[in-house]
Amino acid sequence: MKLIVNGEQHELDIEQDAPLLWVIREELGLTGTKYGCGLAQCGACTVLVDGMAVRSCVTPVSSVDGASITTIEAVEQDEVGARVVEAWVRHQVPQCGYCQSGQVMAATALFKQNMNPDETDVQVAMTNYCRCGTYNAISEAIASIKEA
Amino acid sequence: MTGHQPLQPRALVMSRRGLLGGMGALALGVALSPRISLAQATGQAPADTPNPLEAILELRPDGTVFLQMPYVEGGQATSTAMAQLVGEELDLDPAMFTVECAPPLPAYVVPGTRRTTGGSSSVRRSYMPMRKLGATARAMLIQAAAARLAVPGAELATEPGRVIHPSSGRSLGYGELARAAAELPVPATPELRSPEQFRWIGKPVARIDGRDKSTGRTRYSIDVSMEGMLLASVKHAPRLGMQVRRLLNEDAVRAMRGVHSVHALAGCVAVVADRWWRANRAVEALQVEWSEAAEPGRFVMRADFSTAKAREEMRTADGPRYNAEDIGDAEGVLAAADKVVEAVYDVPFVSHAQIEPPSATASWNDAEGTLEIWLPNQAPDRFIKMISDASGIDPSKITLHSPTLGGFFGRHFVYPHSSPFPQAVALTRAVGRPVKLIWSREQEFLRDAPRPLGMARMRASIGADGMPTALKIEAVCDSLVASMGAAREAADPTAVEGLAERVYQFKNRKVDHIAYRYPVVVGALRSVGHSLNDFFMESFVDEMADAGGIDPLEWRRRMVSDSARHLALLDHVVEMSGGWRRGPYTAGDGTKRARGIAMASPFGSETATIAEVSIRDGEVQVHDIWTVIDPGRIVNPTSVRMQMQGGTALGLSLLLSEGLEFEHGKAVARNYDGYPMMAPYRMPRVHVGIIESGAEMGGVGEIGVPGGMSAAANAVARLSGERPRSLPLSKTRFAAGA
Ligand code: FES
Ligand code: FES
Repeated sequence: MKLIVNGEQHELDIEQDAPLLWVIREELGLTGTKYGCGLAQCGACTVLVDGMAVRSCVTPVSSVDGASITTIEAVEQDEVGARVVEAWVRHQVPQCGYCQSGQVMAATALFKQNMNPDETDVQVAMTNYCRCGTYNAISEAIASIKEA
Repeated sequence: MTGHQPLQPRALVMSRRGLLGGMGALALGVALSPRISLAQATGQAPADTPNPLEAILELRPDGTVFLQMPYVEGGQATSTAMAQLVGEELDLDPAMFTVECAPPLPAYVVPGTRRTTGGSSSVRRSYMPMRKLGATARAMLIQAAAARLAVPGAELATEPGRVIHPSSGRSLGYGELARAAAELPVPATPELRSPEQFRWIGKPVARIDGRDKSTGRTRYSIDVSMEGMLLASVKHAPRLGMQVRRLLNEDAVRAMRGVHSVHALAGCVAVVADRWWRANRAVEALQVEWSEAAEPGRFVMRADFSTAKAREEMRTADGPRYNAEDIGDAEGVLAAADKVVEAVYDVPFVSHAQIEPPSATASWNDAEGTLEIWLPNQAPDRFIKMISDASGIDPSKITLHSPTLGGFFGRHFVYPHSSPFPQAVALTRAVGRPVKLIWSREQEFLRDAPRPLGMARMRASIGADGMPTALKIEAVCDSLVASMGAAREAADPTAVEGLAERVYQFKNRKVDHIAYRYPVVVGALRSVGHSLNDFFMESFVDEMADAGGIDPLEWRRRMVSDSARHLALLDHVVEMSGGWRRGPYTAGDGTKRARGIAMASPFGSETATIAEVSIRDGEVQVHDIWTVIDPGRIVNPTSVRMQMQGGTALGLSLLLSEGLEFEHGKAVARNYDGYPMMAPYRMPRVHVGIIESGAEMGGVGEIGVPGGMSAAANAVARLSGERPRSLPLSKTRFAAGA
């Protein structure tokens, strides 16, 4: 099957139901996308599929055949993604950092849909857990992107 | 499969630094230089003072520095603080630093520090030692420059990253001088900067790992890769102590795609495969018949253990009893009192739930008898010993790497049966190749060492003036320090921290720990005993105040009246929150709200906190938290704010929604779906105030946990008229407001 990740096409001989997360991490060697629960609970594995945030741990790779997938490694090549990363750095969001690839991807998907999200939009989009509790800093970073 | 390149994670490259010729850096030898004899002859530093330029600090030609610190970075910003402390004295911008945990070898010992990351101790322990380290290196660089430029050292100065000779305008970069400087004697008493001159200490210096962590570049244990590596997943026995009797479908599992081998190990089965998800799928498919433990033991989970039953028994348990504090005559005063308040509080086991699951990558070299291992851990010295004890490999033959942790909160201390290293070591030996073992989240929930289930039985007598005359507390829980290697049949200070030796001036007080044994290997969670005891204490303070008809802020003011430091904290938090109003009152948006207040004194720091809550559809909403910390003195105000916010978030999660229940000897939750952490939308705005009173430095990383949760609990009690005495609050539907 064909997988388009970060603009590069990959030809893969792999089970249809292989989780996208592990294809990204193990077949492509892109380890910025994280495993946390494997059950669509934590959001650490969030990637973009055609610009939408998707929890890759429960996404069978066959379901994204031909779609355009973006991982954290290429997020800065996206104009919105680059702004999100800058806001994350400026607002010192990451602590342990483990959840932050997923947080950045979720925020990028949010802003790609709507550059001026209201509080509900943000609540609905930003549901990833952060055990370090960086939620205040995430809110500040998001607010700064809105104003920018 | 295409596009798969064997990875060269940074951790791996680092360990190979010597072999790879230093990766363009100055690879400073670790052989002892002639400095020892020189030092002795010239009255320099004692022979056991490390040469910072030999191993700990690597000054690179491009002006950057690689610092190997005694601690593990896991989000608490210790690496940034170390860069600030060393950089301040070395005269180098902290942004130029890369910081990692040093290998557990003598050459990396920084005198005055210890190589355990915990107890919110890293920065305060290192404040002077790391500054001295930087100052020592700077002095040596100046000396090397003096020789190179043939001028007296006194004519030289530094600017960030360079030694300069102002009168001639000549200068040399630190990187150019590093090799020569490393050969020099180590000066005994390098001069330190005075605090007024600080450029980086005490300033909001940006985290040095912020960009890497915002772009997925940071490598954690789970990301380690080695050439020829296989991947492994395990299935743990459903209860600790059970063993594999037989495998029912081994052949079918062995035939699954990618599977290399199937292994029965101590207390678990493992599948090794070419990919982790294949190993994990295969091990999940493996049907195992387990046998009960041969005999009961300390680490055997009983089939009849349940948290509901434990809680019942804890209500009346009365020994073994360890007295922690006994001042005046609490029992006598209570017995004679007219007015007594009493209450029983309880909190559940809670999981660490750090988002990075444990993993271990082990590579056994049979020919040389050496083991290389990457393992999330907070205490490399202790782990290397544990690995050696468990495997029979001499510590000198073990290379232990301690990568950045994807959160830890106490998860990666030394607890029995909670680290994947024994399994990884067994597997690499069995298959003769490097093996990366990752615990799935389900397997992690089975072997995490949860924060103790705890109960407090409180009694106080109230005098005619409304103030307490005596307080008696019985804290009921198992010994946590016993999980970490201490004797179980002994007092455990963590069982009473937050209850005993509080700042409140009770004339008669008695605090006992009643050891109730449960068959769960418990662990330290961020803020340890404070994560439960401060909630017990601060809630009961409000109960005492209410019983005496005293406002809870006024009660606290009176009970800390001898301490200017604590009065200042209270004043500060009241002012930050716009003045004390307990409520209930109606907020601008029409909701009924109330506020609560709490104090806490964890890990040498002092805090006071106010929380505002409302209740919607029976569910508690926390809107704002104002919290003031006085850690004596700080290194980075941004880090302090972030740690207080993060700690507050964890505490609120414990208050609102978390709890690990056991039935029939098994944890009910096996993943986050059965273990609800606070949803992100419930995070309040946390406003942090910092007081630098100049008192002895206290901790920061764990300090935020108890204050917000306790203040919010008091606000809930005020608003709903119902005192929350059993956590989490999600068990209770609260009334909307008095
Ligand atoms: S790993 Fe995918 S949501 Fe947790
Ligand atoms: S930064 Fe550590 S889990 Fe989010």
